[in-house]
Amino acid sequence: MKTVQYTEVKGWSTGYLAILGVLGAIIVVGLGAAYYMEHQGHWVTGMSNQVVWGMPHVFAIFLIVAASGALNVASIGTVFGKPMYKPLARLSGLLALALLAGGLAVLVLDLGRPDRLIVAMTKYNFRSIFAWNIFLYTGFMVIVAVYLWFMMEARMNRYYKTAGYAAFIWRLILTTGTGSIFGFLVARPGYDAAVMAPMFIVMSFSFGLAIFMLVLMASYKWLARPLGDAVLGRLKNLLGVFVAAALYFVAVQHLTNLYAAEHHAFEAFMLLDGGIYPLLFWGGFVVVGSILPMVLVWHPAFSASRTWLGVASALVILGGLTQIYVILIGGQAYPMEMLPGHEIISSAFFDGVVAGYSPSLPEFLLGMAGVGVALIMVVIGVKVLRFLPVTLADEAVDPHATAKA
Amino acid sequence: MSEFDEARQDPEDAKPDLARRRFFGTAAAAAAVATMVPGLSILPASARSPDEPVTEDQRWGMLVDVNKCADGCTACVDACHEENGVTHHGRPTTDPYWIRKVKLRDRMTGREYGMPLLCQHCEKPPCVDVCPTGASFRRADGIVLVDKHICIGCRYCMMACPYKARSFIHEVTTDQKPHAPRGKGTVESCTFCVHRVDAGGDQQPACAEACQAEGHEALVFGDLRDPESRLYRLLTEISSRQLREDLALNTGVRYHGI
Repeated sequence: MKTVQYTEVKGWSTGYLAILGVLGAIIVVGLGAAYYMEHQGHWVTGMSNQVVWGMPHVFAIFLIVAASGALNVASIGTVFGKPMYKPLARLSGLLALALLAGGLAVLVLDLGRPDRLIVAMTKYNFRSIFAWNIFLYTGFMVIVAVYLWFMMEARMNRYYKTAGYAAFIWRLILTTGTGSIFGFLVARPGYDAAVMAPMFIVMSFSFGLAIFMLVLMASYKWLARPLGDAVLGRLKNLLGVFVAAALYFVAVQHLTNLYAAEHHAFEAFMLLDGGIYPLLFWGGFVVVGSILPMVLVWHPAFSASRTWLGVASALVILGGLTQIYVILIGGQAYPMEMLPGHEIISSAFFDGVVAGYSPSLPEFLLGMAGVGVALIMVVIGVKVLRFLPVTLADEAVDPHATAKA
Repeated sequence: MSEFDEARQDPEDAKPDLARRRFFGTAAAAAAVATMVPGLSILPASARSPDEPVTEDQRWGMLVDVNKCADGCTACVDACHEENGVTHHGRPTTDPYWIRKVKLRDRMTGREYGMPLLCQHCEKPPCVDVCPTGASFRRADGIVLVDKHICIGCRYCMMACPYKARSFIHEVTTDQKPHAPRGKGTVESCTFCVHRVDAGGDQQPACAEACQAEGHEALVFGDLRDPESRLYRLLTEISSRQLREDLALNTGVRYHGI
């Protein structure tokens, strides 16, 4: 295998400036939306005292989960020693950092008091998994940054494997922490399950890889750099496996919940008669976000086409957002039982009824700004530093192709 | 008791404020001199001085007798919101409730009854566990509060509370009461009228007082650790239950007749 050469994106093409402009505009609009919501108060959003976490959290959690998943490509190269993944490691690390930054930006801007970020950074309650997450997120940023530095700086190259191992272990702990935000909530029947942590880890594998593949394919197409079928073939097969694994863990989560009779009504709500939530779960996550992408990446009629591969990745992302929406909003919409054996027949505070939630435009715009932040970091990153290999053509990355030659 | 609770016992330890300490020192000395003068007293005998830490010797609680809770009566809700300046804006999904009336039906017998639902002031409050900054805290005397200065408005406590006892302040607040500061973007809930409790004497939370004034006496407030208190005696004489007792939170609010 040849030595991999990396270069920055050269020049200032109209296309590059246009991408920067569009992403910048998305971020500015999102910041405006955040300012509006913060200034007016959250009553202008769809969130309420019943559904306290809304669309911004769907985006934030999705981006944070995907961030750790995006690092997988680098880990497969460094930790599991697969040579084909090594040239992709730098982009993988950059994308992981960028997605986490985007997710955290949304999370912070949706706080009731975003101006008190310094309080969140200086006062900790170590019994809170949220407080632990603050350390996990900042630690991830530092470790991945060091990992990237060791990969990119020749003098530090000999340490990069150690950093890669640390980053891999850290990302597993990080997603365990994200899943545990729900796992530790004993009050609500939709959460309170240890399986949330591994389920989030496996979901991160598929969401993160889907985003990585789209970014990789788009960059190489727009930069007109060679991207061979060998790399994409590996990635697409891996995506299919990850999607199937995520589906399996989601099935296990529901089965675990069904084991307890007290949760049957909740499961019926989520899977059968809960209106929008079963529809989004079966239609959005299962069919559009899981089964269709698996068909697209594995069926010979589609799997050779890069367009279909792009579609498959986009569907996994769409299905992922849907799944986070179902877990987050559905879990809050379902009423909590205060007294076993009793039903609440009236309350001024919406006890005993399914809570309504319609995401407002500002919430959506803030969420999109998080996507914008993540993508603009990648776009600027590949311009100023050497993240992207000059070529990912088969003969450059595939050891078997080299052997054959 | 957790380390966290211990730290909370004396807020001065956590955040030294020397000027304030000096002030209290001077005030205490002045009070000592003043009380030595016959016929002159500046502090009521039963009051705890504000700089004196609350202790575990007391645990404030409440008994709700649902048989005495009158259908259609919202005196407790009105009194609470009046006392604490909790105002509504005609937007039911985002308007705050520190206490609310709910009507329940027994699924098997069909029996219906109403009762107030408020912060249950748990011994092991899930809201305190999950709060990242420690803004949600439990005083040594059992009252669960939100420190409005360090609440960042993340709403994780609202996700964690099994009683939906907390409200997020969704809009600008006006006409605040000095003893109950409220601020847009933070979370709030029943304080057991902590300003009244700290003032000492026989003062009860506004809800219990209003219920009594209506002649219903469905709410009895008191010290769960004081064998002389009416609350303690009632709890030893009649049966009571906790809401969501399966979670083993050892709530400070108990219900009779459910």
